Amino acid sequence: MSWKVSSADNVHRGWDAAPPLPTRSDGRQDDEMANRSILATLPREEIARMQTGSIRRLTRRRSTIAFLMCLPLILLIFGLVLYPGLYAIFLSLLNKRMTQFVGLGNFTFLFQRSTFRLVVFQSCLFAITAVFAKAVIGFTLAHLMHNLPSKNQRVWRGLLLVPWVIPLAISTLGWWWLFDPSYSAFNWVLNGVGLPEVAWLGEANWARFCMILVNTWWGTPFFMIMYLAALKSVPEHLYESAAIDGANAWQKMRYITLPMLRNIISITVLFSLIVTFANFDIVRILTNGGPQDQTHIFATYAFQAGIQSGDIPLGAAVSLFMLPLLAVASFFILRGVTRRSKEAL
Amino acid sequence: MKRESRPTAEKEPLDGRRFGTLRRRRRWALWGSYAALAVFVFMFLIPPFYMLMTSLKTSAEISEQRTNPWLVYYPTVQNYWELIQDRNFQNFFVNSVKITICVVAVSMAISVLAAFSLARLRFWGSQVLATGVFLTYLIPDSLLFIPFFQILGKLSLINNTWGLLLIYPTLAVPFCSWIMIGYFASIPKELDEAALIDGAGWMQVLFKIFIPVALPGIIAATIFAFTVSWGQFIYPMAYLYRSDQMVLTVGIISDLIRADVFQWGKIMAGSLMAAAPPVIIYAFLMDYYIAGLTAGATKG
Repeated sequence: MSWKVSSADNVHRGWDAAPPLPTRSDGRQDDEMANRSILATLPREEIARMQTGSIRRLTRRRSTIAFLMCLPLILLIFGLVLYPGLYAIFLSLLNKRMTQFVGLGNFTFLFQRSTFRLVVFQSCLFAITAVFAKAVIGFTLAHLMHNLPSKNQRVWRGLLLVPWVIPLAISTLGWWWLFDPSYSAFNWVLNGVGLPEVAWLGEANWARFCMILVNTWWGTPFFMIMYLAALKSVPEHLYESAAIDGANAWQKMRYITLPMLRNIISITVLFSLIVTFANFDIVRILTNGGPQDQTHIFATYAFQAGIQSGDIPLGAAVSLFMLPLLAVASFFILRGVTRRSKEAL
Repeated sequence: MKRESRPTAEKEPLDGRRFGTLRRRRRWALWGSYAALAVFVFMFLIPPFYMLMTSLKTSAEISEQRTNPWLVYYPTVQNYWELIQDRNFQNFFVNSVKITICVVAVSMAISVLAAFSLARLRFWGSQVLATGVFLTYLIPDSLLFIPFFQILGKLSLINNTWGLLLIYPTLAVPFCSWIMIGYFASIPKELDEAALIDGAGWMQVLFKIFIPVALPGIIAATIFAFTVSWGQFIYPMAYLYRSDQMVLTVGIISDLIRADVFQWGKIMAGSLMAAAPPVIIYAFLMDYYIAGLTAGATKG
């Protein structure tokens, strides 16, 4: 973050002669330190007297205000996230006309269809390959960028982040046009070097490749930025002492960079896995599931089943298949984030 | 890469030759990095470049397949001009702008208040709520669009741009609250305690101290809310069918593709105009943009 908090605590530490607490490298202080502040400057008896009367009243009032301030957020989470989520589960248990319960009928129906099994396979293939490509390329880019003098990094970073900045639905239109069957500019290049034309979106495997390519193009900058920020936080002296011990570049990477970045890498990968897995824009615009429903992923298939074919419960059932993966990934992300903020303290 | 120096070599005085090779190697590494980055920049900018080229062509030039498609031989701004005068396109733009502004305002109000309360005031269950906020951020839009379709249907808000105002905050609020909690928590407690002792109320503390001090965070969160609601695709795709209610992301596709007629020049011109607001904001506020991006995983 761009602004820093100075350690003003040392100025009025008063009677409490605790040793100066370490300030975090990014300039923030931990909670304990923030807690001992004004109150810590007062003698103990005074605090005790205050606690009996005004403080308690203050906290009571304080928590009411706090709750009121949070109320819109609470309403939003319950009314617009939790309720629709549970409603989706309810919907998925109904029949097509939504007149009676069919239990898990929609789910068993889906599993009997080869199209849906293909959707599961396709979603996993899409998410895993794209995330892997993004992670590897993003990591490489971050390293290359880290080599540059910091005053030049700005321009390059600015240019490399462009794919991420353009709204995905809009840049995918550009890709769609690049893959156009009769006017494809890629085919023009292929013709130019004497290679045969490719039916980019007309053939299932090529269409899969195109989807992964577009997703990688779009998401790589995000990985790059995350890794670059993390790389900058690795203390330089670790590399220096490793160099003195005679470590080569690979050993530095293996024993310093990767362990230091492990947490942020896993957070980024899991987060991107969720976003990629749930992607809608790319597939919808590029192929809309075609040719012959061979390239659908969960979101587009749910859209087709639920909105376009009007079978809302079936669509809800399809999109709910994303839930297990989301739950697992969220669990690990949350663990990583809390661990990371503890580490930083 | 070979070893740069042996442990014993460090003790020796660096003679010119050794120093020279090390520096030369570093310079090679630097130029190598520049070259590799240049290749990536080139690849990353292919689609926007091609979109720009196409948008400057006439339909005749696009369909004539003898010239190099990557270049434009008879540039014209006719596509842009026609779109700007097009009633539908104006509608899409106005709808996008009005919905985005409202969503940003609503989301920021909700998340700044909530973040202040969660970071500073604390109440029973506030820790759980903070975790809950983060978890809701991880719930993707493609999981909720079907129940929302039913809910909007019941409220008869299908085919109504304002219906999106109900849903879009779910995209922006969790993340904005999350990063604002991080920013607010890093403000030293002395600041607000001093103000409280001087007799300020909590609202005054928020508006006179927290918001000015955490302004970079607020800008980052606002940019995030803006980009999310500007580029949102699945919700308008699912709920808006009438072209007077559509927003840009879906309007371009549905309006400029009539059956099998693809007006590629216009589609690309429209796309570029739709991409312009986020790109312009990014160009001017890149640091805030990146701060918002990296804040997600690092909490502030």
